Amino acid sequence: MLCDICKKNQATVHLTEIIDEQMNELHLCEDCARHKSAAMEQQFGLSELLAGMADFEKPNKEEENVTVKCPNCNLSYADFKKIGRLGCGECYNTFRKYLAPLLKRIHGSNQHVGKSPLKGKTISRPGRKKADSEGLKEQLQKAIQREDFEEAARLRDLIKKISTEQSNGSKEG
Amino acid sequence: MQINDLLNHTSEWLKGTGPNSDIVISSRVRLARNLNKYPFPHWASKIQLEEIIAKVADATAKIDMLKRSTFFRLADLDPIDKQFLVERHLMSIEHTQKTEHKALLIDDEEIIAVMINEEDHLRIQLMQSGFNLFESWEIINRLDDSLSGLLDYAYLDDFGYLTACPTNTGTGMRGSVMLHLPALVMSRQIERVLAAIAKLSFTTRGLYGEGTQASGNFFQISNQVSLGHGESEIIENINGLIRQIIEQETQARQILLSKNKEVLEDRVNRSLGILKSARIITSQETIELLSMVRLGCDLGMIKDIDRRTINELFIITQPAHLQKLENKKLSSDERDLKRAELIRRKLNLSAL
Repeated sequence: MLCDICKKNQATVHLTEIIDEQMNELHLCEDCARHKSAAMEQQFGLSELLAGMADFEKPNKEEENVTVKCPNCNLSYADFKKIGRLGCGECYNTFRKYLAPLLKRIHGSNQHVGKSPLKGKTISRPGRKKADSEGLKEQLQKAIQREDFEEAARLRDLIKKISTEQSNGSKEG
Repeated sequence: MQINDLLNHTSEWLKGTGPNSDIVISSRVRLARNLNKYPFPHWASKIQLEEIIAKVADATAKIDMLKRSTFFRLADLDPIDKQFLVERHLMSIEHTQKTEHKALLIDDEEIIAVMINEEDHLRIQLMQSGFNLFESWEIINRLDDSLSGLLDYAYLDDFGYLTACPTNTGTGMRGSVMLHLPALVMSRQIERVLAAIAKLSFTTRGLYGEGTQASGNFFQISNQVSLGHGESEIIENINGLIRQIIEQETQARQILLSKNKEVLEDRVNRSLGILKSARIITSQETIELLSMVRLGCDLGMIKDIDRRTINELFIITQPAHLQKLENKKLSSDERDLKRAELIRRKLNLSAL
């Protein structure tokens, strides 16, 4: 196949452009692709980028990827790859095995260590708050090392506050 | 409260108060939250979107912190009003599009804003003047706790708060700080600073958030990662980074003062001169010149104009603000004329 732009060289790069829901396939040689990519970088949105990343997590069984739909909102993983957005909270359970590595790739972790809502699941998670204050303790050490005592005092108070909340929380739980 | 009432109110992010307010314009924390079982806005039906708005309106009405606030349906606002709210940083540009089932809640102080049915069901924002990230986090944390007692959030123990886009999953939190860094720009150090920021996985944006260019030496810096770190740790990290940038900008300002004082004074006063005498001026040029005048104020080079006047000019010279002040639709050319007139009036008045 020859390159769509120069019509001379062999096309080795295959692109799909979606402009206003119009899909357009492009087959380019390496040189033309490089020019094109400089121009595209401007308009390359986050959703395309994500959809591209999601593609790396291709499971072994291709057909499963297409047919499995979220029981709550009916979104398929193929839909997610196309639009770069999930359909509902339940999708995170449905597509867990693809999303866990994707989240890790985006954030460097797929384990939440932050706060949790009051309503709904009130599973006591002492480990989480601990992780939060562990991070702060590290920051405190660093602040002391660089002799930023104002900052250190603030951190110390924050850690104290978290540990009080933690002990109050475990009493309630 | 009506939208027009905001015209006489100083936008929170331009109050020019709070810690380090010579360099830090504002601090902002936003949380992305969704309701359990409901599809995310882009995937939800019209009926579901309406149910979401009703549930959120109902919950927010019960919260003390939101007693003095107003709930707007975006569909009820005209284009100028929507742009006006974007200019005041009370909502995103995205929220002005396809407005049929979108809503916005703003508290009277313009500190809290909640976008409903933007990318997520709720985008809760807390904004304060100056370098105030910790306090902003503490307030929004309390608000979020209260809301989570009334609304059933989409949340999983291992992934945290579930969001439409996986880049926000986990804490759903983005902390950002708006900085004014003219000395780093002038001394050509800004590229190096921005490159370092990117390496530490923080992002830099322009005045109006996602997809906007940095202009007039204003930079908005925020965390990129929202999963795997606790909220206070993320805030702590941004805080540490911002402290360093403040230090570098302060140093750069001192060096400019000691080595290039005449050049700097020339630029500051020329900028003021243009603002005081121009007959036609674009909003882009206005921001750039005001940035220099603001620096002149910070360094004590300009004494007869206070920072409040400059800050006010930043906002009232924006296209939608100008049109609301004039109370009519103006073409771009008409705005450039009116803008110049308004700036001349304000600056010559304050100099008297």
